[in-house]
Amino acid sequence: MPAVTETLDTVQSVTQSGYKWGFETDIEMDLAPKGLNEDIIRLISERKREPAWLLEWRLQAYAAWLKMEEPHWARVDHPKIDYQDLHYYAAPKKKPGPRSLDEVDPELLRTYEKLGIPLKERAILAGVDPGEAEEAARTPVAVDAVFDSVSVATTFRETLRKAGVIFCPISEAVHDYPDLVRQYLGTVVPVADNFYAALNSAVFTDGSFVFIPKGVRCPMELSTYFRINARSTGQFERTLIIAEEGSYVSYLEGCTAPMRDENQLHAAVVELVALDDAQIKYSTVQNWYPGDAEGRGGIYNFVTKRGACRGARSKISWTQVETGSAITWKYPSCVLQGEDSVGEFYSVAVTNNHQQADTGTKMIHLGRGSRSTIVSKGISAGHSNNTYRGLVRIAPQAAGARNFTQCDSLLIGDQCGAHTVPYIESRNRTAKVEHEATTSKIAEDQLFYCRQRGLTEEDAVGLIVNGFCKDVLKELPMEFAVEAQKLLAVSLEGSVG
Amino acid sequence: MLEIRGLAASINDKPILKGIDLTVPEGEIHAIMGPNGSGKSTLAYVLSGREEFDVTGGTASFNGADLLAMEPEERAAAGVFLAFQAPIELPGVNNANFLRTALNAIRRARGESELDAVQFLKLARAEAKRLAMPEDMLKRNVNVGFSGGEKKRNEVLQMAILRPKLAILDETDSGLDIDALKIVADGVNALRAPDFSALVITHHQRLLDHLVPDRVHVLAHGRIIRSGGPELARELEKSGYAQVVAEAA
Repeated sequence: MPAVTETLDTVQSVTQSGYKWGFETDIEMDLAPKGLNEDIIRLISERKREPAWLLEWRLQAYAAWLKMEEPHWARVDHPKIDYQDLHYYAAPKKKPGPRSLDEVDPELLRTYEKLGIPLKERAILAGVDPGEAEEAARTPVAVDAVFDSVSVATTFRETLRKAGVIFCPISEAVHDYPDLVRQYLGTVVPVADNFYAALNSAVFTDGSFVFIPKGVRCPMELSTYFRINARSTGQFERTLIIAEEGSYVSYLEGCTAPMRDENQLHAAVVELVALDDAQIKYSTVQNWYPGDAEGRGGIYNFVTKRGACRGARSKISWTQVETGSAITWKYPSCVLQGEDSVGEFYSVAVTNNHQQADTGTKMIHLGRGSRSTIVSKGISAGHSNNTYRGLVRIAPQAAGARNFTQCDSLLIGDQCGAHTVPYIESRNRTAKVEHEATTSKIAEDQLFYCRQRGLTEEDAVGLIVNGFCKDVLKELPMEFAVEAQKLLAVSLEGSVG
Repeated sequence: MLEIRGLAASINDKPILKGIDLTVPEGEIHAIMGPNGSGKSTLAYVLSGREEFDVTGGTASFNGADLLAMEPEERAAAGVFLAFQAPIELPGVNNANFLRTALNAIRRARGESELDAVQFLKLARAEAKRLAMPEDMLKRNVNVGFSGGEKKRNEVLQMAILRPKLAILDETDSGLDIDALKIVADGVNALRAPDFSALVITHHQRLLDHLVPDRVHVLAHGRIIRSGGPELARELEKSGYAQVVAEAA
């Protein structure tokens, strides 16, 4: 299918799925005309009643984007995307007031009960399960409650406010905490950082804003659940997390999308700032719709995530479990500016069928004694391609910097590919950089061994894959780890035999 | 009871088993001996359902069920256990977790209730103790970093926990010192019961000193060429396979 028709259908399905699933009476859509130009950006900014400086900022980003080209260095392949053939503002009109968790779709509640997720977390994590995505979409009222992650977060906002923590949609933060937003927005990922980041900066509609003041340990895990949907503004979301001196926060994000035959574009930007002695732990379970077994449909996930360890002894830790998306292009990175600052990246990326993932990290060592750890586990099955791409850069001033990288690839079947592309640049003699890589296959004899002991083939694959990923999964908050383990098994269903 | 009639099997179109007839009544232990390449391990794999082997003829039934029509995990649930000649490593998979998953899969298939982690550990620790195995074997990853002897002992521990009805030991004694050999033999002897039978594949008679078989069969060129009592093993040890094979030819 030509790209133009494809994007057209995408947009149609985006705009019509409300009808398809019977949402038309419930959801008032606010839809901008197709295409991207200054007027559209002005319209977005106006709809969100943004201050003039933010509009200026968006327009700068747009001007930069116009001069940029899509990056083509990643090992991914897709038809050309017609950026003028998309709606850049397609938002449901907000319903007032927070809704209670009691309104969550009982179908979803039952699902999470089955998954063994405790009630409290269930509310936070609802929606991470892929199989229920469609069912969820069929039950309008309940889906609103789950879908609208902001309203879930709102229920905790009071508790958080008492601790001094700000957790709200970034569109609200722009109004309520303009100085904070203005001080930090775009300082980690500049507007013209890359093609997709520039696009996001020009058109982002919402996302999360987190601020942890000096010395505060955030009393609970913060979580945002993103869902690409007809009524969603989440295709270009923007997240900003600031941890002041000596503070700590653990933030979780989950993503799903309904199953559609067309590809959908998702270009998010996440910026993290950690000041002296602050710690940010950012965990992702990414389960965007990956397309069907023949490679039709699925999300194009082009995401820029970067954390700045600005303060001495600050620490940023990325943990990701990537099972979804037709294409994943994502390199959560750490800029280790502070002395003795620490960056970590723990990743499990699973590709099955015709999925393509090009993911990894960048650890930029600027501070003396900065340290980083990279543990990447890539699992390829079906006809998929899975690439680890990582950069470790030691600047001349980063005396005594250290990095340890471990990249392991697991192949299931003989039609898939695993690739490791590490870049190491060290400009300081006292730095120490280690890289280890392995590639293995789930061997027939491993499967047979498990089956001979009574396990079904799928249980055996799940067990072997989870064993392979153990070093990463143990970094996840426990409720998420349970979820992730099940997700891994689901993602690889039908990959053997 | 295990009943094998005219069993023929090949791998990559190369015939390995050429008509095996063998009956192992309930409660009996039978030894299979024979020179390298005679098809001993193939027999073990075919009975446990390894897919690389094509069954080209014959039948095998276990307690009346058509073994060859079952998936490997169904055979396991029916009580078939294979102690591997070269046990497989499962990196990152905790031995106790693996065994509990396996035991519960088998219990589920049999309509029995599953064991929780506490119940299972109690059982596993007791079995490990009985077999004089260090408890930390349960905490380690399945066979990863195990010595050859430890791997074999781990197979025996698994067998003790899964309590099969038919144990097939594929040269479990190879590469073991005399103490480890005794542990293997004791492990099987402990399972002896009226409804338990075993097929012990071995090169050497020395295992059979500790694990006395009811019958001994000599396998050569894909056929059983001679059967006898325990004394046959001693005869083979003395005269070697060449003579027996030559006599049968």
